Amino acid sequence: MMDLFSFKRFFAVILKEFIQMRRDRMTFAMMAGIPVMQLLLFGYAINSNPKNLPAAVVSADHGTFSRSIIAAMQNSEYFRFSYKVDSAEEAEQLMKEGELQFVVHIPPDFSRQLIRGERPQLLLEADASDPAAVSYAVSAFSSLASTALNRDLKGTLSDLRQNEAPFEPVIHRKFNPEINTQANTVPALMGVILTMTMVFITALAITREKERGTMENLLATPLKPTEVMAGKIVPYIAIGIVQVTLVLLLAEFLFKLHVNGSILLLYFVSIFFIATNLSVGITFSSLAKNQLQAVQMSVFFFLPSIILSGFMFPFRGMPEWAQAIGSVLPLTHYLVIIRGIMLKGNGFAEIQSHFTAILIFFAAVLVLGILRYRRTLD
Amino acid sequence: MSELVIDVTGIVKKFSGRTVVDRLSLKVRRGEIFGFLGPNGSGKTTFIRMLCGLLTPDAGEGKCLGYNILKDQNIIRRHAGYMTQKFSFYEDLTVRENLDFIARIYDVPDRKKSIIETMEKLNFSSRANQLAGSLSGGWKQRLALAACLLHKPELLLLDEPTAGVDPKARREFWDEVHKLASEENMTVLITTHYMDEAERCTRLAYIAYGKLLAEGTLAEVISSSGLYTWSVSAPQKELPAMIRKLQADKAVLQAAPFGNTLHVSGTDKSATENAIKTVCAGVQELSVEEIESGLEDVFIHLMDKGKDNFQ
Repeated sequence: MMDLFSFKRFFAVILKEFIQMRRDRMTFAMMAGIPVMQLLLFGYAINSNPKNLPAAVVSADHGTFSRSIIAAMQNSEYFRFSYKVDSAEEAEQLMKEGELQFVVHIPPDFSRQLIRGERPQLLLEADASDPAAVSYAVSAFSSLASTALNRDLKGTLSDLRQNEAPFEPVIHRKFNPEINTQANTVPALMGVILTMTMVFITALAITREKERGTMENLLATPLKPTEVMAGKIVPYIAIGIVQVTLVLLLAEFLFKLHVNGSILLLYFVSIFFIATNLSVGITFSSLAKNQLQAVQMSVFFFLPSIILSGFMFPFRGMPEWAQAIGSVLPLTHYLVIIRGIMLKGNGFAEIQSHFTAILIFFAAVLVLGILRYRRTLD
Repeated sequence: MSELVIDVTGIVKKFSGRTVVDRLSLKVRRGEIFGFLGPNGSGKTTFIRMLCGLLTPDAGEGKCLGYNILKDQNIIRRHAGYMTQKFSFYEDLTVRENLDFIARIYDVPDRKKSIIETMEKLNFSSRANQLAGSLSGGWKQRLALAACLLHKPELLLLDEPTAGVDPKARREFWDEVHKLASEENMTVLITTHYMDEAERCTRLAYIAYGKLLAEGTLAEVISSSGLYTWSVSAPQKELPAMIRKLQADKAVLQAAPFGNTLHVSGTDKSATENAIKTVCAGVQELSVEEIESGLEDVFIHLMDKGKDNFQ
């Protein structure tokens, strides 16, 4: 009896698998597409030593020294002074909105005190809600204090180059003074969890009806596409709200993270974010031929969402093209909003632009989904 | 009562260049049980789907329940009940939940009452809370019928409703269909492969390769085929050779064994009789008798003829 393993039977299975693989073009494309996408995103988009972070100067002293310091910071490549701000309030507002990572405050008497050797303070405010994003830049700022002014301190002033740095760099880590990584991760996880569960659940919703044959029945009834889509979205919004509540409770009791802003606003924005992800899922569902394809499409959406949104790696540290793709994705904006509300105590005014971005994405996907849902079997 | 419930002409449907329904015209009157027959892939399902708005015809026009099949698909959906070939209700819902879902979609008045009535009518009351997935084939098909009836449609489109269902359940299903047609004046268009079921229809149409090949009552279809059939009984060991010889004869269109007898058919009466005489010469214990052509003989004949026209 040598019938333990027949190579003929074994080969029959292999052959059949290859034939089926070839027929399912989408799976085939995904098998090539997902590794390529991962490689490109991880290889090029990610930068764990983020540079060119947006910064602004609030200057009450327009002397040579100020200019030299700013130039030195810019040359360090960690700071990019892309915003002209007129007041400390404006700078603070921009930082709350997540547009600015750093604000340099130059006090009124800076040059005079420096010449007198009084070692004036130079304040760098950093948005520390993402500690990883600012840590390199902050240490670059500290080390640059002793060398930034070397060229300006000539002649009688050269004494100032002797001992300590001619000014004292002071760093103020806003929104997360204890540099607590959890403060950054936990609110963001809320967005990641919602993206993952909501897109996957609904991606299967219509494909399941197609696979089980119940779709034909639904199509033969007076049900309209909008009714089916809305009917499949609403129950999961409730599930999403439960998830948000769960994360908030765990954040409060396990990680001692309080919501500094309005909880109501947080829920309000979350509902739209949940609905956006659900409509992405539904649209995948109407495009996919079977449940496997729907899952693959979801992965195709989920992967860049995680990598390019600023969840795993600092958003501002990514190259421009990656930021451009990232700013289309709803998770990117939700992360800014949720971190803003929880850590910075942001109100609606500060999150408005990001909220609008989510709404635009939502509307676009919804229209696509409704157009794609066919009322007939043609 | 000769109001036309289905009145369509020149319906064409193509799938990626292949014509599946070819200039089909059909008239069905109110209260009829219209049997729609044809081999697999002949376009029956496609035609039904076009009637209830699931597919859009590429050409042709017509009315279903008085509404334009090209424009008023929404109204037709409301007044027709379509039972799909494959069970298409939710296996993870109970019988009652499935019916409730459908009743809500159609906005059935007095929902609770009509669900209970429908369940009683189809003897579902004891199974109301059973998951649809755990029902046997016969009960699944009854559930599908019940769901189609909830919104009191004027037209029932049943696509192979009894495929894979045992004879008793089939018999009961047909009794139900007849009751609906006679008591509630419902019109029923039903597709089937079973000849005994075809004989229970008030009128029949036969399609093959997307073309309508015959239409009329049972008797009309049989007589219009011009097919003559003989029953030949002979000892069993003689039969294979006889079949081979008969099939080689051009006059004989069909020669098929039915137990210990042969059914031999042809359209040319005398030529076929001669062929039988030649083949039977010398065979012992023989009896030849002319019988009425059965529906099956007629349909196989139509199918062969259809193929000839098609190729």
